[in-house]
Amino acid sequence: MIEARGIWKSYGALGVLKGLDVDVPRACITAIIGPNASGKTTFNKILLGLVRPDDGVIRIDGAVVNGSSAYRKGIGYMPQAARFPENLCADDVFRMISDLRGPAGPRDEDLIEAFSLGRVLRTPIRVLSGGMRQRVSAVLAFLFRPTLLLLDEPTAGLDPISSSTLKDKILRARDAGATVIVTSHVLSEVEELADQVIFLLDGVARFTGTPEAFKARTRQATLERAVASLMRDPEGRVVTEEAPCP
Amino acid sequence: MPMIAKVLRYVLLDVIRNRWVVGYALFFLLVTDALVRFGGSGGHALLGLLNVVVLLIPLVTLVFGTIYWHGAREFNELLLTQPIGRTTLFHGLFAGLVFPLSLAFALGVSLPLLLHRVLDGQTLPLLAMTLVTGVALTGVFGALAVLIGGVVTDRLKGLGIALGVWLFLTVVYDGFVLWVAVAYQDAPIEKLLLALTFANPVDLARVLLIVHFDISAIMGYTGAIVQKMLGGAVGVLAAATALVAWTIVPGLVALRVFRRRDF
Repeated sequence: MIEARGIWKSYGALGVLKGLDVDVPRACITAIIGPNASGKTTFNKILLGLVRPDDGVIRIDGAVVNGSSAYRKGIGYMPQAARFPENLCADDVFRMISDLRGPAGPRDEDLIEAFSLGRVLRTPIRVLSGGMRQRVSAVLAFLFRPTLLLLDEPTAGLDPISSSTLKDKILRARDAGATVIVTSHVLSEVEELADQVIFLLDGVARFTGTPEAFKARTRQATLERAVASLMRDPEGRVVTEEAPCP
Repeated sequence: MPMIAKVLRYVLLDVIRNRWVVGYALFFLLVTDALVRFGGSGGHALLGLLNVVVLLIPLVTLVFGTIYWHGAREFNELLLTQPIGRTTLFHGLFAGLVFPLSLAFALGVSLPLLLHRVLDGQTLPLLAMTLVTGVALTGVFGALAVLIGGVVTDRLKGLGIALGVWLFLTVVYDGFVLWVAVAYQDAPIEKLLLALTFANPVDLARVLLIVHFDISAIMGYTGAIVQKMLGGAVGVLAAATALVAWTIVPGLVALRVFRRRDF
């Protein structure tokens, strides 16, 4: 589904991605994990075209991402901290984006109900709390039935109930055939969701494979310990294992 | 509906709620009304407006435009995750800046003249000229504002630079031209002065208005020179073309910056 080769990106003197190679299989949940500033968000933004890589090629469904915008029709994105035009309410935002996207199939409004957002949708976004914005952002990501979901720390700031609601939705979307990329620091969540784990460190993918393979490779019982052990690995080997999707 | 029109519609819905634009229209409304009441005729009122147009439009457009461009961040971050191209969004946002300001100016100036019934065969061309020049200045300084807003990421710094540009083009520049004229008064520098006029959109706007109002003497040294040189239709056409270029060139640079930046 997604094939990234040799992605380089630096912000001024700060190098973020240093020749990143990533393969994301279709209809899988791929979790991108890694310490702060390892380039997870930057990679997501490069996939969306929000950030231009200095070098490298990305193919989504075989088509090269080169600055045109049509491919974004199939992408649902949930940024780390969503920002909306403050005077609008969520309903306005949904209507505006529906209108801009033009005629499409029926919208997926599951999450509106699951999050019981009814009245909240008609409240100006500027008065909404962080968690509520996060929910609005989640609704928007799923609204147009995307085939590729980019979720950047989707459960950060959500209460446990909404968090599990969202995780259920992510699993259902995968089962319906959507390809999902999730970045997260909550490793229990990654173990719960991910079919494939990509561990970013210093701008390269140091490990690609199933969570089980990750733990086995590092001989650790939990992902957290596996990550810690990989970060201490002085040789910095790059490991790639086939991740069979369910 | 084409995508740009759709984007523009939503940008406008947001901008029209902005008190700045309403205040801007009211300001022109009150000033024009006062000028008509005290001056008695439409021609005199428009003449009185000349300096307001040449000085205030650049100031307001630059300041409002720079703030607007930074305020559009949320809009950009939302829309650029959707199947909307950067060029389309840029044009929608630019139109969303220039269109309401131009409309506010045009309404603010025209309504009092219409209400006081002072428009006649002589005043109408002057009004048209004032409106065209004002709108052209809005375009030029809208493009400059968008360029400043795009290049300078810090909001306050951007505002400072916008004010600096305004001060330079409206005040400092004329002083510089005067200095050149005095320092080289024995040399044949008409061509140089003409070039200097074309290098400044504010001076160009003056040219367009002065030639029609025939009041070059009160408009500083540049004004006197260009009245002599650009009195004819060719001169006006050249000045108008240059104003369009002053919009397109900074606009294209701003578009290039917008297409390349990271969000």
